[in-house]
Amino acid sequence: MGITRAGYNSAASYKASKIRGNLAKRIKKHWMLYVFLFLPFVYIVVFKYIPMYGVQIAFRDFNPARGFMASPWIGLKHFENFFNSYQFGRLLKNTIGISIYSIGASFPLPIILAVALNEARSRIYSKAVQMLTYAPYFISTVILCSIVTLFFSTRTGFINNVIAAMGMEEINFLGEARFFKSIFVWSGIWRTTGYSAVIYIAALSGVNQNLYEASKIDGATTFQKVIHIDLPSIMPTAMIILILSCAGILNVGHEKVLLLQNPLNMEASDVISTYVYRMGIKSAQYSYSSAIGLFNSVVSFALLIIVNKIAKRATDVGLW
Amino acid sequence: MPGKIKHTGKDLAFDIINNIFLFFCLVVIALPLLNVVSQSISNPLSVLNGKVFLLPVKPTLRAYEHIIRNSSLISSFLNSVFYAVFGTVISVSLTIMAAYPLSRKSLAGRGIIQFIFVFTMLFSGGMIPTYLIVQGLGLIDTRWALLLPNAVGVWFVIVARTFFQSTVPVELYDSAEIDGAGDLRTFFKIVLPLSIPIVAVLVLFYAVEIWNRYFEALIYLNSGDKYPLQLVLRNILKSSEMQSALIQASGKVPDEERMALTEVLKYAVIVFASIPVMVLYPFIQRHFTKGLLIGTLKG
Repeated sequence: MGITRAGYNSAASYKASKIRGNLAKRIKKHWMLYVFLFLPFVYIVVFKYIPMYGVQIAFRDFNPARGFMASPWIGLKHFENFFNSYQFGRLLKNTIGISIYSIGASFPLPIILAVALNEARSRIYSKAVQMLTYAPYFISTVILCSIVTLFFSTRTGFINNVIAAMGMEEINFLGEARFFKSIFVWSGIWRTTGYSAVIYIAALSGVNQNLYEASKIDGATTFQKVIHIDLPSIMPTAMIILILSCAGILNVGHEKVLLLQNPLNMEASDVISTYVYRMGIKSAQYSYSSAIGLFNSVVSFALLIIVNKIAKRATDVGLW
Repeated sequence: MPGKIKHTGKDLAFDIINNIFLFFCLVVIALPLLNVVSQSISNPLSVLNGKVFLLPVKPTLRAYEHIIRNSSLISSFLNSVFYAVFGTVISVSLTIMAAYPLSRKSLAGRGIIQFIFVFTMLFSGGMIPTYLIVQGLGLIDTRWALLLPNAVGVWFVIVARTFFQSTVPVELYDSAEIDGAGDLRTFFKIVLPLSIPIVAVLVLFYAVEIWNRYFEALIYLNSGDKYPLQLVLRNILKSSEMQSALIQASGKVPDEERMALTEVLKYAVIVFASIPVMVLYPFIQRHFTKGLLIGTLKG
């Protein structure tokens, strides 16, 4: 037994050393590929992984003079402070409220647009609509928010001009909390629907033409074709997009909210990410705001995994 | 496409509803854009009194004259050009440098390296730790702060990697190897010439993205002479001082007219800042679609 074992061991180690040898040989032969990777790798470490490491200041009482490592540990105090603060409920309510509103309203529209474009009889008309609806995607966030602000402004804005022309009282849309969510969500839809539709249009163009032929022979109407061929064929794509947006439920981006936010609509517009910006960058409470950011990242990460699992079990479509 | 199908009553109804829906989309998208352009070239007093709807009223280019004479707008425009050009060069280079090795099956440790990149899409340290790193590197209030922290989009790395994998067959690498060409030579002689389409896609993706950024500038820059156009626009939108500064710089104007002109300028500045992207749009549109489609292929 001793002998066989020794034999086995040496065979195993021989194999291992051969693999190791192959690996070393492969690395040596393709060393240039690692040279290529060097700078991107430095980038990703410096700007992505070091901040992940630095997130430990969420558990410390960060003092800029002492740096990341020397500031004293204080455990979960910042998290407790956040959960107990009076803003917590409001932030969570606004963030999740905006997300759900946004998913509910912006998920079906690109699908409808894609199907409509696909079924339009006039190619030129279809192309023209696609080209125009796609354009707002390239408008920057700042310009989008400027347009929104002006469009809804009192005195010169289009909407209020119409309201005034009809002899009604002008409304300060951005100055009232109750309009904020709708303005935020629908301006987002205005900007991205055409863009999101492109993915579905691509999925539709990949549909097997035989299916259409067969449905024609069976005498299906266009509407039946849409229900039984078009929609099922874009389901997998739609599921992936839905998974991603459900997982991002806490990630209402600060960039756009900050531009539309003002003291009058704060009650509805303050979300987690804008609070992090205000506490962190403006008030320099680095540890506290990092804790909130970390809470956000961890919940989002967990959500992504959970939603993906559920989707996989239910429909067999998942990200991985 | 489904060929000629005989029209039934139901199909006709579908077509009509469909076309009405598409027309509705067209109007909803076009209306705000049309309004902004019309306001920007209308007579300031008509704008102030809320008389401009879809078409310009008593057209004038006065607002644009003010923009051209405004040095802070022009210099921030030039800054944005600088950031877009250099940022795109840096970003595209880094993206390709990451994507090419990741597309090669001969790269040992490929799975792990790829995971290290992709993981950053799922989890991040967040705004504040990133800010502290940028600060720690001494990049605050330097132009580098706008070029480096978001230089690589991992999503684009995956798109480019997928492109390389599907365009350059493994046999080509094998024969290059037999001919004694190293990986560097193979890259420049074989891969790059085949990759013009993806380079074009990346250039456009990054250029538009960098042109449109404002938040990095807001948190990392302090001195106005380095501001990109988007940040100046944001300041104009947010503060009335900035708005009146726009006009003060260009001589004496009576009060009511000044107020009116300020309003028109807000519209004109929007048009001004959109010009570069809109000029490139037809070009961009074609390539973005292509890029998007490569991206959705599972690799």
